[in-house]
Amino acid sequence: MSQSDLTMGSHPIVLERSSPFAIPTKKLAMWLFLIADAATFAACLVAYGFLRNGSINWPTPFKFFPTVVNAMVMTFILVTSSLTMFLGVRSAKLGDRDAAFRWTMLTAAGGAIFALLHIREWMGLIDEGVRLFRNPWGSGLFGASFFSITGLHLTHVTVGIVVLIVVGLRHKNGRSDADDMEITGLYWHFVDLVWMFVVPLVYLLNISK
Amino acid sequence: MALAQQQDGGATPYAASLGKYLLVYVGILVLAGLQFVIAYQHADVRATLFRMLVVAFIEAGLAVVFFMHLGSENRTFVTWVAVVTLFVLAAMQYSWTDSFRMEKDAPPSYRAPSTQAGPSQ
Repeated sequence: MSQSDLTMGSHPIVLERSSPFAIPTKKLAMWLFLIADAATFAACLVAYGFLRNGSINWPTPFKFFPTVVNAMVMTFILVTSSLTMFLGVRSAKLGDRDAAFRWTMLTAAGGAIFALLHIREWMGLIDEGVRLFRNPWGSGLFGASFFSITGLHLTHVTVGIVVLIVVGLRHKNGRSDADDMEITGLYWHFVDLVWMFVVPLVYLLNISK
Repeated sequence: MALAQQQDGGATPYAASLGKYLLVYVGILVLAGLQFVIAYQHADVRATLFRMLVVAFIEAGLAVVFFMHLGSENRTFVTWVAVVTLFVLAAMQYSWTDSFRMEKDAPPSYRAPSTQAGPSQ
């Protein structure tokens, strides 16, 4: 059947090739992924809240130093990396490939520092005796919820670092366009956004009094 | 708006002055700092949680609208994202009442022997 066969009376049927909502398909796919990912994190946080609320001996072990200070530094780094990511996408959209590469690598470096600080914190907690199903202070589910939520977030950061480096290099070499940078940026901002909920719920509600 | 963005490769929202985005960045940092201040007020857990969540939602809103540029996307798309996300988040809240049973009426296996009132297991 040829294009000319597609008629309705005297009016030709126009084949709709544009993306739904008039946004690029890859960007739409990323938004769909982010909605699903938001639901995943929300489910983890709700489950954590349920366990915390339902436990009679939920531990509140986090001291100002090192844990809360560490969380402050990590928050600063991640929020700042969101700004550098924005600047990278902006440079890409405005056609400055070198600047886009520099900002993207700076964002990846911020993510790497964040990940290292996170791993250091995990090591500290493991040294104190926190395991997935036991800890020295109270409900054994504390470790399970803490490690699973922060671990899921750390996995996202790690994947993000790899994607930033790959997309940054490809964009610099002209093998990907500004839309790819924008989609990567959406993912990175989402990782930052999730951290804004992880800090108050998982860290700040568990500070020692 | 969406059609104009398609024509210029989506550069329109990024061409605005950097000042606005720096202000958003500082705003998010200040709000993040506010969460730490709220945590050290040592108020009731529910009040603390409520205040910190309000601040977190404002931070997230700033990030979504300005850094992720959801505000400059097609309005139907924005509505769709908001409705789907809020519905999914709301649907997860059905089980909270059960989480209070330890506070209100602990199951027999968790009660001290002297306080057991119900039938023994």
